[in-house]
Amino acid sequence: MTSILLPDSEAELEAIITEAAATASPIAIHGGGSRDIGRPVQAARVLSTQAMTGVTLYEPSELVLSARAGTPLAEIEALLDQNRQRLAFEPIDYRPLLGTHGEPTIGGVTASNASGPRRIQAGAARDQLIGIRVTTGRGETIKSGGRVMKNVTGYDFVKLLAGSWGTLGVLTEVTYKLLPKAETETTLIFEGLDDIRAVEAMTTALGTPFEITGAAHLPGALSQTLLRFEGFANSCEYRIARLRDLLSAFGDAEAVRDGASADLWRAIRDAGPLDAGEDDVVWRISVKPTDGPAVAARLHAELGARYFFDWSGGLVWAAIAGPADGGAASVRSLMAVFGGHATMIRAPHGLRAAIPPFQPEAPAVTAITRRIRESFDPAGVLNPGRMG
Amino acid sequence: MSAILMPKPDERVLARRDAIIAGLAALLPPEALITSEDERRAYETDALTAYRQMPLAVVLPQTTAQVAAILAFLNAEGVKVVARGAGTSLAGGALPTADAVVLGVSKMNRVLGVDIANRTIRVEAGVTNLGVSAAVQHLGFFYAPDPSSQLACTIAGNIGMNSGGAHCLKYGVTTNNVLGVKMVMIDGTIVEIGGEALDAAGLDLLGLIVGSEGQIGVVTEATLRILPLAEGARPMLMGFQSAEACGACVAAIIGSGIIPVAIEYMDRPAIRVCEAFAHAGYPLDVEALLIIEVEGSEEEIADLISRITAIAADYNPATMKVSQSEAESAAIWKGRKSAFGAMGRIADYMCMDGTIPTGQLPRVLTGIADICNGYGLEVANIFHAGDGNLHPLVLFNANKPGELEKAEAAGADILKLCVEVGGCLTGEHGVGVEKRELMVHQFNTIDLDQQMRIKTALDPQWLLNPHKVFPLEGRPV
Repeated sequence: MTSILLPDSEAELEAIITEAAATASPIAIHGGGSRDIGRPVQAARVLSTQAMTGVTLYEPSELVLSARAGTPLAEIEALLDQNRQRLAFEPIDYRPLLGTHGEPTIGGVTASNASGPRRIQAGAARDQLIGIRVTTGRGETIKSGGRVMKNVTGYDFVKLLAGSWGTLGVLTEVTYKLLPKAETETTLIFEGLDDIRAVEAMTTALGTPFEITGAAHLPGALSQTLLRFEGFANSCEYRIARLRDLLSAFGDAEAVRDGASADLWRAIRDAGPLDAGEDDVVWRISVKPTDGPAVAARLHAELGARYFFDWSGGLVWAAIAGPADGGAASVRSLMAVFGGHATMIRAPHGLRAAIPPFQPEAPAVTAITRRIRESFDPAGVLNPGRMG
Repeated sequence: MSAILMPKPDERVLARRDAIIAGLAALLPPEALITSEDERRAYETDALTAYRQMPLAVVLPQTTAQVAAILAFLNAEGVKVVARGAGTSLAGGALPTADAVVLGVSKMNRVLGVDIANRTIRVEAGVTNLGVSAAVQHLGFFYAPDPSSQLACTIAGNIGMNSGGAHCLKYGVTTNNVLGVKMVMIDGTIVEIGGEALDAAGLDLLGLIVGSEGQIGVVTEATLRILPLAEGARPMLMGFQSAEACGACVAAIIGSGIIPVAIEYMDRPAIRVCEAFAHAGYPLDVEALLIIEVEGSEEEIADLISRITAIAADYNPATMKVSQSEAESAAIWKGRKSAFGAMGRIADYMCMDGTIPTGQLPRVLTGIADICNGYGLEVANIFHAGDGNLHPLVLFNANKPGELEKAEAAGADILKLCVEVGGCLTGEHGVGVEKRELMVHQFNTIDLDQQMRIKTALDPQWLLNPHKVFPLEGRPV
């Protein structure tokens, strides 16, 4: 029986980790438990941040918000919505894909460096995160960054901790910069383009000054290539007209507006168009955009993978059924050819225990990572092995 | 004469100077090694010119392999290395010591490839910041971070200091615009971090490397994001009779959902000096001036300007003027970008770089004035107002005994005030030697110890740019 630790203060958290380090007892770190990703952690105890909640700072006029790590993302998004603001990086909700039921927390968003379709324009969590407090594997709580927009004081642990999946420390509080919500959004949908043409259309669009905030391609009998525009209504109309002109060789495009457009991108954000079967292994593959179609074609030819593209081709979501290794051998050898990296996002525990879900790194990089991890968590008690 | 102390050079290294130089000579072509006193003098300081120290030798490698050989050799010999881009650091980031070898990347200055479809460029790290934009301008693209020193400063230095600029309000700073680097560790190991994709695998090592002030490794190549040039851009000038009104106006513009490309602030002394230098048409009868730049098509620019004008009306601007021509726009930016140089014509100055929560602007401005008054010094203020990054220039006369020390003390008090109101010591210049001893005001011992552990983990002998960033007291022995 796994016991769940629910510290409600940094002091309590420090005591738990200090004791765990002293007795070399690993702990699995959870936020809301909605992102069961990575190698399963072998630990007798689970530590959840769910008792450390609450927005600690919100200054709408300064576009900044701080919250304790266990604060539900939904609570923060509702608060921002009241002030017509948002987290610009559009964090994915993994629950539909992974079939999990927990409540995503802002700490989990940060520890997984979550992002979404707006990654191409606004970056990922790491690009909007400006401050953290974190309790390391030494049982010490440190800070990095702060609440101001520009800060180069000391090493940038803000970036290092974003996407560290609880392997360096337990985040206790995070501070994000915010952006105003767009007044309107519209999506142009081109139909019937093959993958290569679609990526050509998307990269062409992103090479213009017309500020595309989403570029996805959904293959199929009648494929759809989607380009999102956000901003003031008159500016959007202008940019859409210019883009239609520039992309006329790719056919006519239908315009979908506001709520309907938002629904499309929410689904894309959460990998909905993949429509992954219950037993499919799901990969998230990050490459340079023009390599997307070739990577997808190879996976389709070798393994019958189903897939779609976000980030103008730079993010390939692929669902693979059949092979015992979940397609890992093929995916990894493709990454060796194309560069980029792949994460086995969804697979049975046994498979994720047997095959590293995260992309293996070059030995020299592994050595750096190991030294950093030993420095933060010398006893190796925080989510050991989760990142492979 | 100076308040910032550098440790005594290691006599054992100084005594072995000839052998160390012979060792370097065996690794490098003759033109890549500088040993004569005359030629070394160009490397004894950077843009923090109050401090200078002749280095043991200077190497100017042309390849990553040479960098690797140099570092492996110096690591084995236990000799310190100060990596240097163009030497434009205002924080003394490239200040050498007598027992250190300066490793300049200026000869590694080739553009290696441009990929328009994927919107990236691969460069050697000695390419200048402006050189990156120049390489892609004819294709309709640019590189976004734009420090004032962009004509001279290198990508290596930008990565070392995580440089910003006037336009990062919209486009982010260096760390948001670097996708990958090739880096040489102190033991000579060459690593590739990141790549051409938006995400990288594993821990965000790239995020750690950017802004590590040359203490973790020497970056020799970088893959950078390039962005399409806007259709057009136009600055406008807005003058106010009080800093309070000006600050409130900035908050209202940003709160309205408009993120201009840049919002720059100057106070009366800065306006006067910059106008005299650039003849930009700045109003001389106001306490505070904003340069706000918006971009887009003609229609979008007109629309944004009318929205901003309407918002500003509530704050009683004394003057409001939209640039009417390319020449006028260029003059407006010339005045701002040459502010430091223009100020240097009338006085010596210390350029501070704190960041504050934007709501604290009026309070901090009053505080800065009080601090400088207390030391009997003048101050001119130039800020990136949109993101709260302040550049107070504390003016002094270097020929007057004691004035530099007074200016440094005033600068330190200003930065402490920034931290006190919730801000930080440095927004884009880096800590260097200049703010090293002030780190204890922003971080406690536990915070600093963890940062220093990372330094130790990746450079066990502390040979890479060692006397920077962290206070000299309390370092690991």
